Amino acid sequence: MKKLQDKPSGKDAGLTSNLLVPMQRRMFFRYAGATAAVTTLLFATSSCDNDDDEAPLDPTAVDLGSGDTGVLNYAYALEQLEAAFYTQVVAKSLSMFNQTEQQIMQDLKGHENIHRDFLKAALGSAAIPDLEVNFSAIDFNDKNSILSTARTFEDLGVAAYNGAGRLLENAGYLTLAGKIVSVEARHAAVIRDLITNGTFSDSANDKGLDPAMMPADVLAAASAFIKTKISANNLPK
Amino acid sequence: MNIFNILEDIQKADPEVYNRIDSRRSAFKNLGSFGKKAALAAIPLALGSVFQKAYGQSSGTVVDVLNFALKLEYLERNFYTQALAANGLITDTAAKAALQKIQQHEAAHVDLLKATIQSLNGTPISEPTFNFGKNFPDWNTNYQTFLTLAQAFEDTGVRAYKGQAANLISNDTVLTAALQIHSVEARHAAHIRRMRSKAGWILGAGANSNVPAGAQPVYAGEDNVAHGGINDITSLGGGYSTEIATGAFDEPLTKEKVAEIVSLFE
Repeated sequence: MKKLQDKPSGKDAGLTSNLLVPMQRRMFFRYAGATAAVTTLLFATSSCDNDDDEAPLDPTAVDLGSGDTGVLNYAYALEQLEAAFYTQVVAKSLSMFNQTEQQIMQDLKGHENIHRDFLKAALGSAAIPDLEVNFSAIDFNDKNSILSTARTFEDLGVAAYNGAGRLLENAGYLTLAGKIVSVEARHAAVIRDLITNGTFSDSANDKGLDPAMMPADVLAAASAFIKTKISANNLPK
Repeated sequence: MNIFNILEDIQKADPEVYNRIDSRRSAFKNLGSFGKKAALAAIPLALGSVFQKAYGQSSGTVVDVLNFALKLEYLERNFYTQALAANGLITDTAAKAALQKIQQHEAAHVDLLKATIQSLNGTPISEPTFNFGKNFPDWNTNYQTFLTLAQAFEDTGVRAYKGQAANLISNDTVLTAALQIHSVEARHAAHIRRMRSKAGWILGAGANSNVPAGAQPVYAGEDNVAHGGINDITSLGGGYSTEIATGAFDEPLTKEKVAEIVSLFE
């Protein structure tokens, strides 16, 4: 998880360098308006011949699905994780926090639960089943363990939504995801300030940009906390 | 990937692509007879101008959105720069450090937006003249007034970027960068709200955010509890409180509403 905290710069260093990152085929036509991008692109993507290859499918894994449904299920999986975490924090650890902090934990539990329930309702019959979480690495009797896990989840959630925005085709879903991600960013800021006041936006790089992570990286970072196997093989790339 | 795959893939997404590039249609169709190496070397520059023309309209929308965002970032940068220079306004060390950090982000956003607009062959708007004292005369002498405006600007920024995301859906790179700015503005907003002893999230409309009447438009519509036809309170789980339902979702603002808010300071 330490790795995650340290990730902000690098490939997220800004628009100009983003244009140099190899892109997936389906995105190309969207870049067509950017003259500067095109020249670079033809050369930068020459190694993408094999981008349709997929990892072998695990028959026991929960498949998030494809298209916008897959992306929303991906968000739903992350919200399930966060909701389960704060539900346990409120049930087991509330007495460790002062009154203001208790209110914050209650609010976070409520927000994450509502995000989870909202996405489930929006997905309807396409929703993935309930995931089984694994919080054995978290000490719910240790305030530092709780806050650092919360920071990991919130920063990861922000980076996940920021990265997945471009995968959505439907503008309405994009706006809905936007309504949620800024609240995750508010959570992340508050949790960071509880750990060290003034660190609310230290996730941003020197261009003032928060990280954006793609699903494979996010799911790898979250996998230690999720017992259920998840397949993101059919998500848009 | 090579030029031939690109055109095939574009055609899948946009069957009209050959019509869009019209006069060059035959040139592209004849590419197959060129050596691959020669084609790769010769085509890029031509492609750039052809696509610029074919898809120029959506590029124009993107530039408009970026200039709209630039105006807000100018406003924020200018506001914090002036406030940090105002004698005796910000005395607390921790507060000053946080506000300097925010000012640096806003300045970086200005630079990034200007560079991006130029890279899309657009012209960045020049910095408007702001008058923060027009409706809030003690903004740079009264610390609480200053913080109130800072909160209003940050929350407006979050809502404004959110409202424009759909207009950037055609350009993945710009959309992602806008989202990356959007979440940083939300982090700023949360910190400043807590400097004012308010929750880090927006509860209901303006009254809960403790802003004067002049700044109420910043929070109009934030009391919404239904999204995509699903009511958070009556349809979800075991039922949620209004505070949780409004705090869990930030709402977008239209360009017109944002312009109305900005005009309070021009």
